[in-house]
Amino acid sequence: MKIKTILIANRGEIARRIIRTCKAKGIRTIAVHSEADAPMPFVREADAAVVIGPPPVVKSYLNMEAIIQAAKDHGVDAIHPGYGLLSENGNFARRCAEEGIVFIGPRPEVMEDMGDKIRARTRMMEAGIPVVPGYNGSIADAEEACSIAADIGYPVMLKASAGGGGIGMQVCENEEEVRKAFQSAKGRAKAYFGNDDMFIEKYIEEPHHIEVQIAGDEHGHIIHLFERECSIQRRHQKVIEESPSPFLDDVTREAICRTAVQAAQAVGYTGVGTVEFIMNGEQEFFFLEMNTRLQVEHPVTEAVTGFDLVEMQLMIAEEKALTISQEEVIQRGHAIELRIYAEDPITFMPSPGTISRYEQPEGKGIRVDDAVESGSTITPYYDPMIGKLIVSGNTRAEAIARAEEALAQYVIDGIKTNLPMLGDVLRDEAFVAGTYTTQFVQQMKRTTNK
Amino acid sequence: MKQIVANMAGTIINVLVNEGDEVRSGADVVMLESMKMEVPVAAETSGRVTAIKVNVGDFVNEGDVLIELEG
Repeated sequence: MKIKTILIANRGEIARRIIRTCKAKGIRTIAVHSEADAPMPFVREADAAVVIGPPPVVKSYLNMEAIIQAAKDHGVDAIHPGYGLLSENGNFARRCAEEGIVFIGPRPEVMEDMGDKIRARTRMMEAGIPVVPGYNGSIADAEEACSIAADIGYPVMLKASAGGGGIGMQVCENEEEVRKAFQSAKGRAKAYFGNDDMFIEKYIEEPHHIEVQIAGDEHGHIIHLFERECSIQRRHQKVIEESPSPFLDDVTREAICRTAVQAAQAVGYTGVGTVEFIMNGEQEFFFLEMNTRLQVEHPVTEAVTGFDLVEMQLMIAEEKALTISQEEVIQRGHAIELRIYAEDPITFMPSPGTISRYEQPEGKGIRVDDAVESGSTITPYYDPMIGKLIVSGNTRAEAIARAEEALAQYVIDGIKTNLPMLGDVLRDEAFVAGTYTTQFVQQMKRTTNK
Repeated sequence: MKQIVANMAGTIINVLVNEGDEVRSGADVVMLESMKMEVPVAAETSGRVTAIKVNVGDFVNEGDVLIELEG
């Protein structure tokens, strides 16, 4: 079937990103938005826009029936959920199917299996994929948590099965810390995800977060599009991503990419997706989770492989065969993405407000995917990410130099942003050497003053 | 009477004190969620809680009174 009209069930930079590919393909786009987002560029850039509710996400971007109604009113063929929000919601995908609308993503059962971390671990272990040593079940109370942690050996990582964005996650060095952390982590998981199943994994020392982009069609053909290094994080959330990873050797790169394809095959994956791994200092890697959607950092992969991942999603949704063989996917040059957040560069506290002046960098090897313009208001209702700077070059050094030039060109007045922090990262010795771990942000030297 | 106000706009996700509690300067009294992040609101001065002006789930703007203290 041919997709002629798409509704985008998302907002901000990713809605604009999807509109861009749709325009190039001659596909009509329908934006849905909250009352607060009415003045945002993505609303104007779509061919039509529908208000779906008041500012809080539960009343707008998570309001399935309002979105389905908008889709029916506009006779759309497919819904693109972007990332976050409803993108990994099996019930939403089922509601789309009931209405005869294509949900751009994998089957609901696959999303649900991968969304539940305990279930995902179990599926991967059955498929022979290495997982972080740990306990594969829901833990009842702090007593049981302590006894399991003692078996695994400290330090351990306490995690929520339904978790995401670092919520309900806690490193514990000893029994006392497990006792202290268990109830509070469980409570937060309940409040955020409505599911308080907790499990425990061994804490991986000198951790690197490395993920592999994969794509699978409806005909069983699955390919990888190489890795992204995502170890620069604050509060367990990514800030800078790059490809290739400066930490991986070629043998490990080949192994981790092959393992990601096996993981996707094990669940019969369709669509684009990401297999996340955690790697220790010895380049041993373990399955962490699978993200069954487009990732924020997908442009890094687009920059080094030359493929448009949104276009690939549309092809797969139309049940076309992916005509690309694994050998045709080549990593060329180097790309780095820097996420621009409306937040204090030192404390990382969010900074809502109105952007009085906004100018984005331009030039060779520079791509900007952003959500805002001069006069845009950053409201407290949504994620603080306002845009992404993606730089590419023939070498990593060239990409870093371009990133520095591009950062210097940015003008974002009226709110606080993390631009000074990003500059500090680019100049940091460990970053330049490419030897950083997920502990980098906590350990980095700060030249920026508050 | 002293007031503890919201340090930024957001949704109240937890009230950490009860009426009658003694709070010390610097102690967290309310948790807000703003831009997907938990933001603690701390008491700027010590005192006894005389009134809690918000409920979990309320949306508050920067400067809105959350808690009243005396002493």
